Amino acid sequence: MFAYYLDLAWHSLRRNPILTALMVLAIGLGIGASMTMITVLHVLTDDPLPGRSSQLFTPHLDPLPLNYKQGGDSPDAADNVTWPDAMALLKAHRAERQAAMAGGTLLVRPARADLRPFNVDGRYATADFFAMFGMPFEHGQSWSAADDAARAHVVVLSDTLYRKLFGNGSGIGQDVRLGEHDFRVIGVTADWQPKPMFYADPGAQHYSDVDQFFLPLSAAVDLKLSTNGNQSGWGKNDDSTSLTGATMTWLQFWVQLNSPAQAQAYRQFLVDYSAQQKAQGRFERPSTDAKLYSLMGWLKHENLVPNDVRLQLWLALGFLFVCMVNIVALLLAKFLRRSSEISVRRALGARRRDIFLQLGIESALIGVAGGVLGLVIAQIGLWSVRHRPDDYAQLAQMDMPMLLGTLALAIIASVVAGLLPAWRACRVQPALQLKTS
Amino acid sequence: MEIRPIFASLRKHRIPAILIVLEIALACAVLCNAVFMIGKRIGDIQIPNAIDERGLSVVVLNGTDPKLAASDIPRNIAALRTIAGVQSVGVTSTLPLSRNNWGWSFGLKSDSAMTDKNTFNVSLYFLGVGADQTLGLQLKQGRFFNADEYADSTLGGSALPSAHVVLVTESLAHQLWPDKAALGQSIYSKPYYYTVVGVVADVVRPQASIHSTQRSYASTFYPLQPDATLGYYLLRSAPHDRARIVRAAEQKLGEINPAAVAKGKTFDDIRGQYFADMSSMAWMLVLVCVVMLAVTAFGIVGLTSFWVAQRRRQIGIRRAVGASRGDILSYFRTENFLLTGMGVVLGMALAFGINIYLMHHYEMDRMPWYYLPASAVALWLLGQLAVLGPALRAAAVPPVVATRSV
Repeated sequence: MFAYYLDLAWHSLRRNPILTALMVLAIGLGIGASMTMITVLHVLTDDPLPGRSSQLFTPHLDPLPLNYKQGGDSPDAADNVTWPDAMALLKAHRAERQAAMAGGTLLVRPARADLRPFNVDGRYATADFFAMFGMPFEHGQSWSAADDAARAHVVVLSDTLYRKLFGNGSGIGQDVRLGEHDFRVIGVTADWQPKPMFYADPGAQHYSDVDQFFLPLSAAVDLKLSTNGNQSGWGKNDDSTSLTGATMTWLQFWVQLNSPAQAQAYRQFLVDYSAQQKAQGRFERPSTDAKLYSLMGWLKHENLVPNDVRLQLWLALGFLFVCMVNIVALLLAKFLRRSSEISVRRALGARRRDIFLQLGIESALIGVAGGVLGLVIAQIGLWSVRHRPDDYAQLAQMDMPMLLGTLALAIIASVVAGLLPAWRACRVQPALQLKTS
Repeated sequence: MEIRPIFASLRKHRIPAILIVLEIALACAVLCNAVFMIGKRIGDIQIPNAIDERGLSVVVLNGTDPKLAASDIPRNIAALRTIAGVQSVGVTSTLPLSRNNWGWSFGLKSDSAMTDKNTFNVSLYFLGVGADQTLGLQLKQGRFFNADEYADSTLGGSALPSAHVVLVTESLAHQLWPDKAALGQSIYSKPYYYTVVGVVADVVRPQASIHSTQRSYASTFYPLQPDATLGYYLLRSAPHDRARIVRAAEQKLGEINPAAVAKGKTFDDIRGQYFADMSSMAWMLVLVCVVMLAVTAFGIVGLTSFWVAQRRRQIGIRRAVGASRGDILSYFRTENFLLTGMGVVLGMALAFGINIYLMHHYEMDRMPWYYLPASAVALWLLGQLAVLGPALRAAAVPPVVATRSV
């Protein structure tokens, strides 16, 4: 029976090619626009480190004085950590692994004569950074806690920068000139680009920035290397802009906690630490303000998805809705036009249910065609998003679940759109119709 | 034109009629808000900026030795002056819309400190000698800095220059001293203080505020002797010379500073890059609006065609008993007019509601009232245009159809 209805639907759609084309086009456009934006939102809210993210947390202390004035357009000053707090948390060693970090841009002065100096982004971090985030190494290894303590001038390069500087030769053990100082290359990581770059400063371009080098935070502070990101200070003295001062937040801090019990214990530790700081008079706010964010919770708190993307999604869904109303109207017109045909079938013994099924299959067929068209349009849409200047542009790709989701959404939308017209059509009074025609 | 028969007939086709009304209402609501967003973005993109944008190019020099700045900068400026077509050269610490913002908070009382609650945040522009001219700052009151003020002002590792003079923009002056002259007033941030010697026309901050235009103009200018923070080499020239001059300047600075990175662009590039995602969003909104209106129009065409086909016999009868082609035509046009009318009334209410929702959740402004009637008129015209084809076909139905059995 199904094959027969499919055949009937096919014939009926071919009888009215323009109307059919209009409906397929409408559903294709609506689905295409919606899926483009849903895909963009999907990649923007994706887990940057699947499998590892559930064990990663970031502490949130609040060292700001009570009368601190938050800048209108700038991010929350308490989103970052001060140097003394970061060092205290490192020393306490209460988590499985922990690392403090900050971003920086340095001028690379290549030894090769054919390369001009160029700027690269990288990260100043402490030793646990690599193991905690599970960074894959291609050559050599990371530095140790002893290197941190010694403020060693060592550097780990990304594969891209390593190849650029050393070509195919081996660079391990050689020096690289970054800014005004030489650093010894001790390791090379595979290109590792979690999207979004969850551990970066709230002001960073989380979807397009890539770290090309990593060097010990202690060395960076020692050499006063330039840092990226938001530095918010509240000190009264001239040393308030000193990196190691207690009155300026600029560092990010991440910890690895393997079980919920550990996370709970760490949360308590943060509250105790804040209470202790408050007792010493350094913190002014309640110690219970101290929080521990999970990785996904932190991304939510940071609200990285641009408002424009959400607005565009709403717009696309509104557009899909307009298209669906349109299809309902057109299908209604189409089905009611066939009242006499339906009446004949009814008079010959077809039940309402049969008519309903037949018309439903016809709607679904339109949905399949519209879904295929929608896929094409969504690919064009994503292609155009990739050519846009936004920092997430490169990520706009459709994966398999999204692909199948598009088809499913198209079929569901058209079947839902077909429900009302089909119901209306199968309630035609056969006797009346047959008599008038 | 009698409209009662139209209502009677619409009552018989209640579901399709409701669908058309609904579709037009949705289209109207989305259109209003989308056009409003487009307008807002176009306004943001064209934010006025009182410098000579059309003649300005810049080369950013990065990675020079800070200790040599005092000798390097005059040498670099002298070298740039030798490029043919360059009218003026100057150095600054940043540029409007460059996103390289150095902000600071000042108060109006002599004991104000940066972190006090009632301070106001401004952007700092440090100018080297001649930068005021190269930028094309427009003086409204007072004077520019004199040679001594440039020569005596140093940073020496601290955050703000040692000078005690400042230029402010008109908007900022008005905001800080609404009812007195700004000249001679001072701004304070312990231990620094600066006295206003001049007021210039509104220059945008390196990072425009998304919240208010007025705050986008909170710019202040300070003199500074050659210093490593002055990394923006500005070049002023005739607009058509800029591309050539940027390349020449980039090359020249690269040659005499082999260890540094020189990157040049015109001010148009800076503005273009700053607003790039905004303009791409505006284009995307335009596209959605056009496609949505097309879909709506096709929906009206499809449904009216169906009605015409269904009523062929009735139309024939009307024609046979004396209705002219014009009567039939105007019947369908009036019917569409009524349906669209109901649609836009509903749509305007919906558009208003959506605007309120967006205001609460997406920092959107209130939509001016005239967007509502404007989009209503647009949809009315669209409806009339879409119905014309099917209505003409209806008018062409010959009276003889009435006598034929189907």
